[in-house]
This record gives sequence, C-alpha cells and structure tokens, in this order.
Amino acid sequence: MSETTTTAPASTTPRPPSRISRTFHILGLLRESPVGMFGAALILFWVAMAILAPLLPLYDPLEPLAPFQPMGAAAPDGGTFWLGTDHKGRDILSRVIWGSQRVLIWATLSTVVAYLVGMLMGSMAGYLGGWWDEIISFLSNVLLSFPVMILFVIIITLLGASGLNIVIAVTFASAPGIMRIVRGLILDLRTRDYVFAAQTRGESAWYIMLVELLPNARGPLIVDACLRLGYTVVAIATLGFLGLGLPPPEPDWGLMIKEAVPLGSFAGHAMVVPAVALSSLILGFNMLADGLREISLRD
Amino acid sequence: MLILTLRRLASMLLIMLVVSFLLFALFETDKLDVAGKVLGPYSSEEQREIWLEKNGYNEPFLKRYVVWVGNALRGDFGQSIQLKVPVSEVLGQRLANTGILALCLFLLMIPISLTMGIFAGMKEGSFRDRAISVTSVVTTSIPEFASATLLSAIFVFSLGWLPGTSSMSGGFDWKQLVLPVAVLLLYDLGYVARMTRASMAEVMTSQYIRTAILKGIPYRRVILKHALRNALIAPFTVIMLQLNWLLSGVIVVEVFFAYKGFGSLLYDAAVFGDIYVIEACTLVAVFVAVFSQFISDIGYTMLNPRIRF
Amino acid sequence: MSDQTPVLECKGLSISYYTRAGEIPAVVDFDLTVYPGETIGLVGESGCGKSTVAMAIMQHLGTNGGITGGEILFKGRDMTKMSDDELRKLRGSEIAMIYQEPFASLNPSMRCGEQLMEVPLFHEDITEKEARERARQILIDVKLPDPDRVMNAYPHQLSGGQQQRVVIAMGLLSNPSLLLLDEPTTALDVTVEAGIVKLIADISEKFNTAQIYISHNLGLILETCDRVFVMYSGEVVEEGTIDSLFTWPRHPYTHGLFGCIPLPTADKNAAPLRPIKGQLPLPHERPSGCYFHPRCNHAVAGRCDQQHVPMAHVTGSAEDHRVRCVRWQEIDHTAEAPGGEAKPAIEPGEKVLEVDRMKKYYEVHDRSLKAILSGQTTKYVKANESLNFTAHRGETVAIVGESGCGKSTFAKVLMGLETGTDGAIKVGDVDLSELGVRDRSAEQISALQMVFQNPFDTLNPSHSVGSQIARVIRRFTDENDEDKIRERVFELLDIVKLPRDFYYRRPRQLSGGQKQRVGIARAFAGNPAMVIADEPVSALDVSVAAAVTELLTDIQRENKTTLLFISHDLSVVRYLSDSIVVMYLGWIMERGTTDQIFNPPYNPYTEALLSAVPIADPEVEKREIVLEGNLPSVMNPPKGCPFSTRCPRRIGEICDNEPPPEQEAAPGHVITCHIPLEELREVEPVIHVPSPEERQSTSGAPRPSPDPAAAS
Repeated sequence: MSETTTTAPASTTPRPPSRISRTFHILGLLRESPVGMFGAALILFWVAMAILAPLLPLYDPLEPLAPFQPMGAAAPDGGTFWLGTDHKGRDILSRVIWGSQRVLIWATLSTVVAYLVGMLMGSMAGYLGGWWDEIISFLSNVLLSFPVMILFVIIITLLGASGLNIVIAVTFASAPGIMRIVRGLILDLRTRDYVFAAQTRGESAWYIMLVELLPNARGPLIVDACLRLGYTVVAIATLGFLGLGLPPPEPDWGLMIKEAVPLGSFAGHAMVVPAVALSSLILGFNMLADGLREISLRD
Repeated sequence: MLILTLRRLASMLLIMLVVSFLLFALFETDKLDVAGKVLGPYSSEEQREIWLEKNGYNEPFLKRYVVWVGNALRGDFGQSIQLKVPVSEVLGQRLANTGILALCLFLLMIPISLTMGIFAGMKEGSFRDRAISVTSVVTTSIPEFASATLLSAIFVFSLGWLPGTSSMSGGFDWKQLVLPVAVLLLYDLGYVARMTRASMAEVMTSQYIRTAILKGIPYRRVILKHALRNALIAPFTVIMLQLNWLLSGVIVVEVFFAYKGFGSLLYDAAVFGDIYVIEACTLVAVFVAVFSQFISDIGYTMLNPRIRF
Repeated sequence: MSDQTPVLECKGLSISYYTRAGEIPAVVDFDLTVYPGETIGLVGESGCGKSTVAMAIMQHLGTNGGITGGEILFKGRDMTKMSDDELRKLRGSEIAMIYQEPFASLNPSMRCGEQLMEVPLFHEDITEKEARERARQILIDVKLPDPDRVMNAYPHQLSGGQQQRVVIAMGLLSNPSLLLLDEPTTALDVTVEAGIVKLIADISEKFNTAQIYISHNLGLILETCDRVFVMYSGEVVEEGTIDSLFTWPRHPYTHGLFGCIPLPTADKNAAPLRPIKGQLPLPHERPSGCYFHPRCNHAVAGRCDQQHVPMAHVTGSAEDHRVRCVRWQEIDHTAEAPGGEAKPAIEPGEKVLEVDRMKKYYEVHDRSLKAILSGQTTKYVKANESLNFTAHRGETVAIVGESGCGKSTFAKVLMGLETGTDGAIKVGDVDLSELGVRDRSAEQISALQMVFQNPFDTLNPSHSVGSQIARVIRRFTDENDEDKIRERVFELLDIVKLPRDFYYRRPRQLSGGQKQRVGIARAFAGNPAMVIADEPVSALDVSVAAAVTELLTDIQRENKTTLLFISHDLSVVRYLSDSIVVMYLGWIMERGTTDQIFNPPYNPYTEALLSAVPIADPEVEKREIVLEGNLPSVMNPPKGCPFSTRCPRRIGEICDNEPPPEQEAAPGHVITCHIPLEELREVEPVIHVPSPEERQSTSGAPRPSPDPAAAS
C-alpha cells in the first residue's frame, strides 16, 4: 500500500522480499468482507471433511446396517446414527461426508480442464484476432446456444454416465463461457502499453499471451472460477439426481436425494440432509466469489 | 439498425444450421443403431435392414440430412418411439404446459427481482443493500432440486398444504403449479436481483448521477429519470437470457414434480433413447435460446442510444 | 471590491476522508473568500485537496468524506448546517459545477435538451415551453453553432468540445452566483481548450458570475483568474492576485513550481528545469511544521519543522498577497539562478533516420446500409499522408499535434507494429517501413525503443520491476549470467535515480513518476540508438514531470541517443527539441528547427497552436487566435488542405479542393500551405517574450530587478 520511497543507499545489493507476506496480505484483505469469510469457511469445512473422510470414525458408507433410522438413533453396535440412516440402512452422515469428497474431486477436475481449454481458446481469440477469433467465437456461440442441462443430457446420453464423461460434458458446457470472459479481458489488456512494449521487443505471441496478458487477467478469473466451481457442483449433483451422473453405489449427493424423495413422507431427513449439504457448499462458493469481487473492486 | 438485425438473423440461422447438422450427425450416423432403437433390442438384423430401406435410410447421408431438415421445418419430427405418436403432437402440448410455468415465473420474477435489485443498488453498502444481497446469494445458491426437496419437506410432508406431484392427472390445478414455480422463482429471483443490483450500483456511482444531484433536481427524479433508464439496460439482457437457463431448470423441476412439460419430455426421451424426441426437443430449445439472444441483442441496441445508429 | 458581501466564504475549513486506514485529513484550515464577479484560481498538484474543496462547497463528499471543522458561508448562510432540501435549492440554481470529463458528466441516454431544461424546470416556476426557449438561448450564448441539433442530440453525438459547452450551458442556465470549474479543459485538445477558456473568461463579464477555477495548469489560471490560491498537501501555501503572485512568488513551493514549468525562457542546455526534490507526502504522513520543509531548499532545522506555519501577509506587495512560510522575508528568490545549472549541448551527429514520403492508410469497412447500397463499403483512413523528415544522432526531434494527427500511427510503423503503405523509413540504409517487428533482426529491434505515455499502463502489474528490465537485457544482449544481468539492472536503476531495492517491487507500489523512470530504464536497457518518447510526462504532475524530463535529457546526453519526442504540448517541445514536425490529420503542416517553428513565417495551424498553449508567465504577450469548429474526423477529412475547415487565413476554394504544396521557407524549414510564402512572412510573431532587461518578475525569467517586498 505505502508509496513512500525511502531512498536506500544506491550501492547496496538488496534481497528479495519473502512471498509469504504477500499471501498474508491477500488473506488479510478477505477478512474485511464478512460475506467472503463466511463463504471461505463453508468451503474449508467441506474440503476438510473430504480430506479427513478416511480418518473420521464413520460407518462404512456402503454397508446396510438398519434402514430408516431417525437422526440420533442408536446403532446396533452401540454407536449413534447422528443423521439417521437411509432406506437401505446406510449411515447418512458417512454418506454425506464421503459424498463431499466425490463431488469436490470431480468438480475441481472438471473445472480445471474446462479452464485450461477455455483460457487457451480465449487467449487465442482475443490476442490473435482475425480468423482465429471468428472461428473460436462462432464455435462458442454454437455451444452456448444449448441450454446447459440439455447439453449435459445429450452428451451423457451419447457417451454414457461416468466420471470421465462428466469432465467432458462440463468442459463442453463451461469452456465457451470461460473463453468469452478470457477473450474480453485479453481484448482490454492487449491495448496496454506494456503489451505494446513487449511487441516492440519482438516477443512471440505465446510469450505475450502467457507472460504479459494472462497473469493480469487472474483477478476476474479467480472470481469466475469460484462461481464456476459452484455451478459444476450443481451440475454434477443434478446429473446424479437425474440418474445420469456417477454410477451408484458410491455415495453421491444428487443420487442420495433422488433415492430419498419417493420415501420423503416418512424419512424426510434422508433427502433434507444431502440437500442442505449441497446448498451449503454452493453457498460457500458463491459467497467467496462475492467477497473476492468486492475486495478486488475496492483497490 | 436494419443491417444489424439482418446480420444477427443470419448468424442465428447459421447457428441453427450447425446445431441441426451436429444433432443429426450425432444421432443418425449409425443407421443400424437407429433401427435398433426404433424396433427394439430384440429385432433381428434383417428386420432392421428392411426398416432402414423402407424409411429411406440408405440414401446418402447429406441427402438424408436435407430431407430431415425439410421435414423439421414443416413441423414433422417423425414418430416418437416411446409414445408411438407424432413427435410434433406431444411436443406442442408439452411446450404449452411449460409455457404456463414460464409465464407464471416471469410474471412474478420480473417485478420482484427488479424492485429488490434497484432498492439494493440505490445505496450501496447500506443495511438494506446488505440484507437484499445476502438473501439473493442464499436463494441462488440452492440448486433447483435441493430447494424442491426442502420445500416439499416443509409444505408437502410436514404441513401437508400442497400436493407433492404436479402431474395434473385430474385436470388443471393451480395448487399443483405453486411448488414448481416457487422452486424456479427462488433461484432466478436472486440471480436477476443480483444483476440488477450490480447495474444499479454502477450507475449510482457514475458522474452523470453526480451531475444530476448537483443540478439540484429532486432525488426521486434523479432515480426515476436518470438512474433507472441506464440501470435497466443490463437486466433486460439478463432477463431475456433467463429463457435459456429456464430450459435447463425445467428439466429438473418437471422431473421432480412429474409435471408434464417440455423438460420431462426431453428427460424421458433421453433415458429411453427416443432419438426423434431428443432431436426435436433440442432443436426447439436451441431455437428458443438463439431467438431470445437475438431479441436481447436487438433490444439492447434499442435501449442504449450510445450504440444506436 | 471588498465592500461587497462575499458570495462564498470558507473559514477554517477542514475535510477528512474515512478509510480502512483511519481518518485521512484531505484539507486543513482552508480560508477563502469569493466576491461577486470574481474568478478565483485553485492550483496545485494532484492530491493537494483542490477538488475536495470543490466537492465540499457543493456539500457532496460521498459516504466516506466529511467536514471536520470550519464553516462554508454562502451569501452569509452556513451551508454545513443546511437541510437536504435547502441544499437542493442552492445546487444548480445558485451554485453550479462544471466537470473535468464532459462525456461522463452527461447522462448518455437523455437528449441534451432535456438535460438542460431540467435545471430551470426544477428551480423556477416556468413552463416547459419557456424552459426549452431558455435552454436554446443558452446554447447560443455558449457559441454552439446549431442549437436545435444539439438540443435533440444525445451526448455521444457531440464532440468533446461541444459536450463541455453543453455542460457549461447547463451550469449557467439559472444564472448562478457561483460557478465551480474542476479542470474543465483537461480532457480536451489544445485548440479546443483555447475556445473553452475564452468562453469561460467571457462568462464572468457577461453574467457577472463568481467563479472558482480549479486547475493544475498555472498557465490556464493566469489566463482565466483574478486571484489565485496555491495549494500544497491539503493547505493553501500562498494566495494573491494574479499579477502579484505570478510576478513575485513568495513561497518556495510556488517558486519551485515555476522552476518546473518549461516557460519560453527555459532552455535544456543553458537554463534547464529545476525539479523540486522529493515527493508529495501522503496525507497521513505529513511532516511536522511546514508541510513543504523536507523538499525545500531554504528549510532551516529548528524553525521550519516545529510549529504549523500560519499565513502571513506579504508586506509591501499587492493587497491580500499572503504566504505560509516563516522565512519568506529572508529568502531572496532573485539571487537564485533562473534555471538549473547549465548543461553541455550535444552536437548532432550523422543522419540516423530518414522518413521519405511515408504513407500509412488503413482500410476501414463501412457496414452501414447507405454504404452497402452505394457499393462503397471500403474506405481508406489516411493516418499518415506522405511524411518527410530526418533525425540525426543525438538530436531531439519533436512530433507535435492534437488527437488524430497521426503521430501515434507513425510511431507504430516505425516500431514495426504496422507496415507502411508507401514510401520508406530508413534507419541507416535499411527501409524499416515494410518490416514488421517479427521480421527485424535483434539489432534492428534493440536500436529502437520506446517510452510510453501512461505511467499506469507502462509496466506489467504482475511482474517485479527488476524482471521487466532484465527481460530486455536478456533479449538484446548475449548475457546469460543471472548475476551479471541483475547487476546491470541495478546500474540502470542507479541511472534513473531509483533505489536498488525497487528491483523486487511490484509496479503498484510505485508512484507515477517512479513508474515512468522504470519505463525509461527499460527503454535504455538495450542501448538503443533512437528512443521514441510518446508524451512521456503529460500524465505526471508538474514537479514530477520536470524531474523525469531532466532525467530523459541527461541520459540522452550521456548516450548521444536520438530522441523522437511525441507531444501535444508546445511548451515542452520548445524546451526539449532541436527540430519540430507539426502534424494535423495525418499531414505534416510544417517542419523546421525549433526557432523556425516559433517564428514567422508560420503555417496558419502552427500559428493557432502557438496561440492556444497557455503560458504561465504574465510578461509574455500572446496574440489571441481562437479557432472555430471542431477537429474533423480522421474518417472523413476535408478534401483539400486538412486545416481548411478551421483556418482563419483560408484564401479561397483552392484550400478546400486541392492538397496544399510544400513550400521551403528556409533551408530545412518547410510549410505546407497554399498561401504564398511572402504573405506568410509578413505575419506578426504570436508570442512576444520580453528581454531580460524589460522584465520584473522573479517567477522564472532570468533577471534581478528591484523587488518592492525585499526592499521594505
């Protein structure tokens, strides 16, 4: 923040500052957005659950123990079903926690792949322009004209339901949007003087895209990535709910709801728990994105 | 303006052409598979060959495509494999049902979300803004099927006020419409309100609003005359693009509540492998999406004097 | 004047902003009195609080600003205690404001007429029809040629100058007693600015409106104001009448400012600029005592750094000339050298650049219905029309012109980002006009480097300062040893007078001037033979600009670099350059040595341009030439001479229809004009600079003379 320039003796050789202070600086900024902090806390909670799942004292998420137990019921082995059991008698707490691991892994993987594709296409369309731009933009428009869920349904119908196919479907659905954002940012950034300076140094197009342009687009892209992770979680869960997602019996939030809804009248908790879990994770992503955006607008 | 309209129309047609070709190529390149879907898994090889010959499938691929497009343009999408009736017949009725849903949604969503967004954006950072912003981020964060679950848990299973399914098997019933509309509304409301708020907040910090205030005209007029006109340009586009989102949203909601609309038709077709219905639904959906994009582009140009020419 | 009741009085006004870092005092203890019909100038560098004062007077400080002390009396009533409704009645009717960016200040989706009519409609009991008539009349008063068209136009359909006239008209509509002008011409081109300045000067006569004119430009203040307040770091350091303050500036800061401005008397070799050392303190880091003392050459420990200094009346000089300096009576500004220490001149060497009939046309596709129907969808924009000039080693050549004149296009072709359409740009023996940058050899690229205009854009915010300079060294030299590269970067930082630990800084931690220094270090890192400087100081504050200008000339002198200096500011150009190329709409209107350009014969455009540039020296006399009309669009230039639509010396249809010929007035002095040279030679000089003997001011000019204040 400080712009004061203490005139250090010119002859001494300074040392580079540590990176840690910079990271702390950003975290410190987030502290000023209660919304962002709350979002970050929700995400951290689920990430911690996902990582710690194998270590926690949980029942086997696949093992039928006692069906339709309410919340807090005693388990046959003397333990407690804190969140009850589902129609097959599996522990809901365990399934929700293992489910978080599954959804987070696939959502992150899909978003990363979609981002790689989208950033590549966006940079090329934005920086190279001309025919590259025409073709890439047209292809994106074609894909964007499909309502997202219809695109998912078609791709999964054609390819079948599997983790890899979800990654492919998410990439097809998200990459055009990412491409548009990146393209817009690049079009704005490419008129800056430092890009001009790099061009007059005779730098290659790839150097300019990767070193001069993309690092400066990171602010809006981080916000967008956060939102998009949320969307992808929704998409994966929705596919699970429609029976088009990751195959059973592994615990999946969407599938859990699908299975519990017909029995909702006498085992409501079996559908409410995963719905709340899912909503809280997405809320986390949306709130973190809001907080980050607020902070980035302030400086 | 005319040129812009024509250009947009041309690009719209091009997109429809590419999409239809993609669809046709994806679903109907493998002829034997098509025959298998139509005749069922237990049909013999010969039966399939005969069926293909009879239905003109042995013509060259491009010729088949042209015939298919020609038929589609006349509203003939073939016979539904699952329902054994012409696709256009079911589709028309299902679209009308979804239309009712969409109409109710938009009638409620537009006034409420715009009001919320404008009130929040008028004074950025105020308590009112914070309250509205947090409410809208929470409602948009709940996926449709999760809010459907939660609303059902409360209103169907606990309170027993509303029916849990909306199949309308006993004729049209307003009560059955409440939950599907509420679920869609909950998500969309927050989304549009947030967009409106952002647009309004940006306008309120602009220099021309400062000019208007420092001209000494009443605050009401500053808001109504100077701010709203500029602040509503962006939400208009957003609302038009909600049609695209709605076509996704209805799949989940209609499946959840067993509502006999466009979304559940597409879903059933996808699960059954009813390719003609899938093709028809997708074409219609893409057309609606592209057309709403077209309207939103043209509308944006009309609303924004800066780019009108 | 002083027996009238003042329109506005600020007494002990203090304003703070509340931020995350806490309360930041933006303005402290500000006193100001404005009488009817008077024009007050508020001058200072960015961050001194001048705009904050204006917003405080309007009572519009936003949610995070507030008045912490003092009062603002408008015709005797304290505005800080007024209700919202009382304020609303004053705003727009009694006090009006004119802003820096006219386009942003007008509502983009309302017609200008409606925006104008609002003012009387909401302040007076008046019908719509009367309001319309009033609005139309005021547009005529601000000299808009076609008021009916303007009434029906949206803001984006008007040019920048017209927009500003509409904003001024809006301010004047209900005949306010006080008009606040916040940098009203900063966003405009020089010749357009001259028209607006003339208009503003006429306002106080015609409407008897008191004005507060805020500007960073002392020259503009001189042309428009009666009294001036110089602000530094949130407080007024000196105030007085224009004559008194410009002739005998008392505060070391005011005096220093004059030393930073390239007045006609400054000379880069004999009398270079004297930058003020150090930089403006941040509001929460102001020093004790006099805020200026750390940067002051006259500061005395124990006296200047103790108590807050009060304003003192300057005895013996004009009435109400006050200064905030404890030592004002002791400091003899006349004893100081008029400029900085003289520096050796460079002898121009061999020819390094020859631009020979270089043309650059852009193809533009017109997709409007009309164009398609008439079959003329392809148009040519003539960005550069047959450029001819040369530059020698060690020489500074300036390319001067307003927006759209083609100076940036030329830079792009020279740098290889575009290729020329015709003609040649020879550097050495090679024609570079057809070689894109990727087709040039490393030597050809490194020989030409550029310094950019906008300090906020010139450095990549994602990379450290050091790595950006190092990249240039790595590309243009064979050096691979990381330690040696770092050592070289350190040396370059030394050369541009920045501390070595800036190597690890991010650009966002640097001030504007520091960024420009890094930009210069980067340009010189590859030892270029020629540097193109595109308005390198125009975005900087006066005192910072002076330091950067001096740095640039010092490095140039050291390396015998050829400097191509692109600018719109004739003052800087006169100071810096050996020869000048004047451009207008892609044409070279005139070229020659600096002396030849600044003396008759002139091209009529050069003549107007010279007159338009404000000069902050009350003893320089200037002939007033105000151009009518707007800069034509590059897309649709006049058919004959590009200047024919605005030329005050237009001789007839030949100007409209035929391209003007090049006429050689003297060896190397070429004027592109239809008017015969004999006629042009008879034109009087635009600027008359008095000889040192005729002078009395101490503001910048070289001459000691009896000083009433020092004598008393």
